[in-house]
Amino acid sequence: MENSVNTNNHILELKDVSVSYTPGQYAVKDVSAIIKPNTVTAMMGPSGCGKTTLLRAINRMHELYPNIVTTGEILLQGENIFSMNAMKVRRMAGMVFQRPNPFPTMSIYDNVLAGYMLNNVGLKKHEKDEIVETSLRSVALWDEVKDSMTKKGSFLSGGQQQRLCIARALALKPELLLMDEPTSALDPISTNKVEELIFELKKDYTIVIVTHNMSQAARLSDNSMFMYLGELVEYGATKQMFTKPNDKRTEEYLTGVFS
Amino acid sequence: MRKGIRSTSKYRVAKSKIFFGIMCLFSALTMIPLFVILWELAKKGYKQFNLSLFTEVAPTSMEAMFARATGNLIPGGILNGITGTLLILSMAIVIAIPIGIMTGVYLAENQEKKLANFVRHLSDLLQGIPSIVIGVVVYIWVVIPMSSYSAVAGSVALSIMMLPMIIRSTEESLKMLPVTLKEAGLALGGSYSSVVMRILIPSAFSGLFTGSLLAISRVTGETAPLLVTALGAASVNWDATSPTSAISLLIWEFYNDPNLADLVWSSSLLLLLFVLGINLLAKSIAKKWKIQ
Ligand SMILES: Nc1ncnc2c1ncn2[C@@H]1O[C@H](COP(=O)(O)OP(=O)(O)O)[C@@H](O)[C@H]1O
Ligand SMILES: [Mg+2]
Repeated sequence: MENSVNTNNHILELKDVSVSYTPGQYAVKDVSAIIKPNTVTAMMGPSGCGKTTLLRAINRMHELYPNIVTTGEILLQGENIFSMNAMKVRRMAGMVFQRPNPFPTMSIYDNVLAGYMLNNVGLKKHEKDEIVETSLRSVALWDEVKDSMTKKGSFLSGGQQQRLCIARALALKPELLLMDEPTSALDPISTNKVEELIFELKKDYTIVIVTHNMSQAARLSDNSMFMYLGELVEYGATKQMFTKPNDKRTEEYLTGVFS
Repeated sequence: MRKGIRSTSKYRVAKSKIFFGIMCLFSALTMIPLFVILWELAKKGYKQFNLSLFTEVAPTSMEAMFARATGNLIPGGILNGITGTLLILSMAIVIAIPIGIMTGVYLAENQEKKLANFVRHLSDLLQGIPSIVIGVVVYIWVVIPMSSYSAVAGSVALSIMMLPMIIRSTEESLKMLPVTLKEAGLALGGSYSSVVMRILIPSAFSGLFTGSLLAISRVTGETAPLLVTALGAASVNWDATSPTSAISLLIWEFYNDPNLADLVWSSSLLLLLFVLGINLLAKSIAKKWKIQ
């Protein structure tokens, strides 16, 4: 994955992306944006404004459902994702879901390696051990689970499960990490841990995170997107947006007029 | 006035108590046949329920007559039936489980498609087809072309009977899985087939396994379709292309021969215990491996 040509230093570029679940109705409408490497971008907006829909367009999740239509262009490291192999796109753009979803039949160890197993990549024992340890260390879970590698993933607490799911995505060394409200199902302490983790991960990864929580967005992100009724209303540096939003709707959202 | 209310409420309490009592009674009544059957088989079969039942093949009518005349136990057992049942069942499993599971996966994954609805209806219809009809059809399909009765013909008949249950239980247990499981697998770049084989099927395994076990126990005692396909054999046979006996076929033979009639009970007891065992195993697995 390192050999991909990257001419313009954009890891992700959205050009007029629209998504509709029912013909004629757009859940996401003409969204264009450029995301730079090693940044955290927060996607904000009221419930139902299309954040999840947009995020899932980026790793071609919508293709699983025949009624969903995605139009526009999405470039991942300069390459149009729709002309790439879907499996490759998904390996490059890892996804963390709203609810932790470790594979229930697999051990913690196997959960981390699931991406390799599903791609039929044969690894030697020491390679596996190394990937598992690095991935779990990068989500600060190693010390907590290193003695229970063979236990099922569902044995962990919710916060640990979510970190396991992040480790599972990181194990494939994605270029981009898409996170859909990764802390919304977690308690405050676990939320804190995951937030710290996201902050750490920024060094090595590019992250797009959907969040409902404005203080979370303010703490974590370099850039913010504000979406409303499927449109990208405002996109810019988080500091700027939180102090001096350009659009009235952004301001209203941030001051809590609607949520 | 007050008295009136109290007496009606008393009357209601009494009525619901009676109703509850009747329910208990009927529930108990449904249990009776099982215990009566078990008791009857045990009472009549225990004498013949010995080691030789498992180690020797079925006796001839002459041998049995001889033993009866001298007041001895009938010699021999049903080894040829046991091995035959195992052979026929295991081949039926090998045929039915992959087809049934794949069909069930297809139905669960393509719920809205016309073909899926069609297949689902066919599978329901298949469940209602009398077993002897399936036997006769397999006779035409397999026995005639091979110009011989055979274990494999019996297996084909039984596997057709197993399919609807396996398909249904696969479909139902896959539909119970959260959709995020599949999405998580695909989001890791997994191919559709590896997500199905390595995530969906293992996650639904307890349901699939239970359903398959129940399907096996359903067909274990089938006799009619085997009569026209596997036919029966006097000795132990491990050749899939030759006529083969089965426990149920032996019970039928014993029943038809006054000299051998005493063996009906011990063989039936064994068959019943086998089927009950599979059922209990299925139940305990369903309980133990339930995810979350
Ligand atoms: N599977 C679906 N089928 C039909 N409509 C959907 C589906 N998922 C989401 N929508 C609709 O698309 C819009 C955007 O939803 P979503 O992207 O989930 O919003 P958000 O994540 O910002 O809360 C909403 O109006 C929602 O009702
Ligand atoms: Mg959402």
